[in-house]
Amino acid sequence: MAAAARLFLRGIHSKCSVSGVSTVPRTSFGPRLLKLSPSCDPYTKAQRRHAAHFTFQPDLVPTQYGPTQKMNLFQSITSALDNTLSSDPTAVIFGEDVAFGGVFRCTVGLRDKYGKDRVFNTPLCEQGIVGFGIGVAVAGATAIAEIQFADYIYPAFDQIVNEAAKYRYRSGNLFDCGKLTIRAPWGCVGHGSLYHSQSPEAFFAHCPGIKVVVPRSPVQAKGLLLSCIADNNPCIFFEPKILYRAAVEQVPTEHYTITLSQAEVVEEGSDVTLIAWGTQVHVMKEVAQMAQEKLGVSCEVIDLRTILPWDVETVCKEECFLNLEAPISRVCGYDTPFPHIFEPFYIPDKWKCFEGIKKMINY
Amino acid sequence: MQNMLTLLSNALCRITGRTAGAQTVSELLIGLSEYVSLTSPAAPDLAQTQRLPPKPPPVVSARASAAPLVSTSLAAPAARITASCSFADFTPQVTFDIKKCDLYRLEDGPSMKAELTREQGLQYYRTMQTVRRMELKADQLYKQKIIRGFCHLYDGQEACAAGVEAAINRSDHLITAYRAHAYTYTRGVSVKEILCELMGRRGGVSKGKGGSMHMYAPHFYGGNGIVGAQVPLGAGIALACQYQGNNQLCVTLYGDGAANQGQLFEAFNMAALWKLPCIFICENNQYSMGTSAERASASTDYYKRGDYIPGIRVDGMDVLCVREAVKFAADLCRAGKGPIVMELQTYRYHGHSMSDPGVRKWMWPFGRRWRRQHSLRWLTPSHHWTTCATTSLKTIHPWRSVGPTPGLSLSL
Repeated sequence: MAAAARLFLRGIHSKCSVSGVSTVPRTSFGPRLLKLSPSCDPYTKAQRRHAAHFTFQPDLVPTQYGPTQKMNLFQSITSALDNTLSSDPTAVIFGEDVAFGGVFRCTVGLRDKYGKDRVFNTPLCEQGIVGFGIGVAVAGATAIAEIQFADYIYPAFDQIVNEAAKYRYRSGNLFDCGKLTIRAPWGCVGHGSLYHSQSPEAFFAHCPGIKVVVPRSPVQAKGLLLSCIADNNPCIFFEPKILYRAAVEQVPTEHYTITLSQAEVVEEGSDVTLIAWGTQVHVMKEVAQMAQEKLGVSCEVIDLRTILPWDVETVCKEECFLNLEAPISRVCGYDTPFPHIFEPFYIPDKWKCFEGIKKMINY
Repeated sequence: MQNMLTLLSNALCRITGRTAGAQTVSELLIGLSEYVSLTSPAAPDLAQTQRLPPKPPPVVSARASAAPLVSTSLAAPAARITASCSFADFTPQVTFDIKKCDLYRLEDGPSMKAELTREQGLQYYRTMQTVRRMELKADQLYKQKIIRGFCHLYDGQEACAAGVEAAINRSDHLITAYRAHAYTYTRGVSVKEILCELMGRRGGVSKGKGGSMHMYAPHFYGGNGIVGAQVPLGAGIALACQYQGNNQLCVTLYGDGAANQGQLFEAFNMAALWKLPCIFICENNQYSMGTSAERASASTDYYKRGDYIPGIRVDGMDVLCVREAVKFAADLCRAGKGPIVMELQTYRYHGHSMSDPGVRKWMWPFGRRWRRQHSLRWLTPSHHWTTCATTSLKTIHPWRSVGPTPGLSLSL
């Protein structure tokens, strides 16, 4: 139905909290101790902060890439890096604390397997790390730089935007740093507050010369990361840190790629289009289900995957803007720094998105 | 029961030195009663069996009152006579020899003698003990998930905070990185406000919105999350002091990890160029998160990193060393002799943050050496027995109860 309303709901941030899916053992002795006192109940609704705002929904097991193995997100990243280091003799991985495995265990075992000249630590200097990575890439080696948290990428902003993105253009294709890939943990995590929760992809989204990619699951992450490494342009790969342990899927062990700049329609629908990336895709899936059950609205969910250059074709067909029955709506965090204690109020959870759909339907 | 009896009688034999063991419970009790007095003893008898304090120095002042300051309470059973001493027997001030500091581009350095008055000693001890307890409590609360987010603990490094604050005025300025709880306290924020802030409560010093890394107070600019970002800020604050001509200075702290950030060198250059009254202090706790200093820095002489800026390397585990060095640096700055870089060699007993267990095989032997030099050791009785009122220390020390204890007890 051409006249069907298309609602764009773009959710940027994703809630994350340690849900039952996570396998990290945490001591619950403390809260139990508190429970002994009747006047002190840590689980009253107002204080409750431990429920996940999303439920990870794994995709079907991919069969076209060969044998698979159960992996979570950080293990799928390790697998991708392992494949790269074994197939590309020039590949090097560097960043803060990557040698022992990284603060999120993404590089566990790689140093032992491939040697300390291929997997090494850098000092605490993001600008230095990216600048150094540009140099490595320009000289012809595959450079995979890790920025410990996406929140720390700003000292390297100048290097990325002014150097990496413009290298090929300004040298007339004499040089390029296409072999550079920058990886960074991204997004909210439930307790990260100002400097461990940011989603800075918007700052890079208007910089021609680089690519920005955000996966939603382990299968997607491995394929997209391998595509980024193979791609002839400098790429920034943001990994949703809340999914590192929470997302578990059957991931192919062999090398495979997923095309960049191609959005994926995760769920078909006809009334409203919901667009998200990263963890928020799982929130949107749930919102689509809620909308179907409660409002009888059929929602299409699109995972953008590549933020820059983004898949215009899939998202808005030719002349689609002439056919919209309601204005495009954005559901995202507020215009404040990412808060510490107010995180549950800040993130665009399923209820806010659902509310957005309701408003749109009744426009 | 028989086993228990044997156990107890063996113990009793060892205590009393007798060879025959008790056979029955009543024999045991008789044996015990001979050793421990269960009724109120006569004062002289007990004084002979108990340990006495060392003989105080002879009283020099004629006005010294010889009246004992003790309470002899014989009302309760098993009460003890407490020995007595007068305060005039203790000197109010003492001079210590402290370690010499390594100097860079300086002819003479901080004094090698530190004077300490009784009040100062107690104040420093109280500060450091409070910080230690506060950090350990924060650790506990974090594990109970009452504090969430990030929590970077300062225990082990208390002497740095106490020493720096002792050397500067309240009107001077201070800025540091994220390991800031101690400085928040020394700059005047109460423990309650700090813990509230950690827990995200409205009563917190930043209204619960900042958390561990963003606590502020008058003339204390936090609490900064991004590594090294506070150093250019500190240089800017120093510029403001110079511009306003108020004879204040800015103490800018950073860690050994941050010492490799580019913006530090930009700040050094500006500070040296314009001779800003800024003390750059590197708290070298040997590790930037999990990476040891040697593996992250081409030069671990952080006090020389200022290149054209003079530097001092200080033992950061000794509060008097820190105080004297910062005093020296403050005098230098106030005299308009420009910035100075200091390195405080210290150690943290926890991991980088609560997510970092901090227990790695290669850290432990190293850590043991540092733990022996812990910053709270300097006021143990063996060192400064006659210089400070021990009971005053005992009232501050949280693990000892105030009250009658066998043997020695001095009451205020």
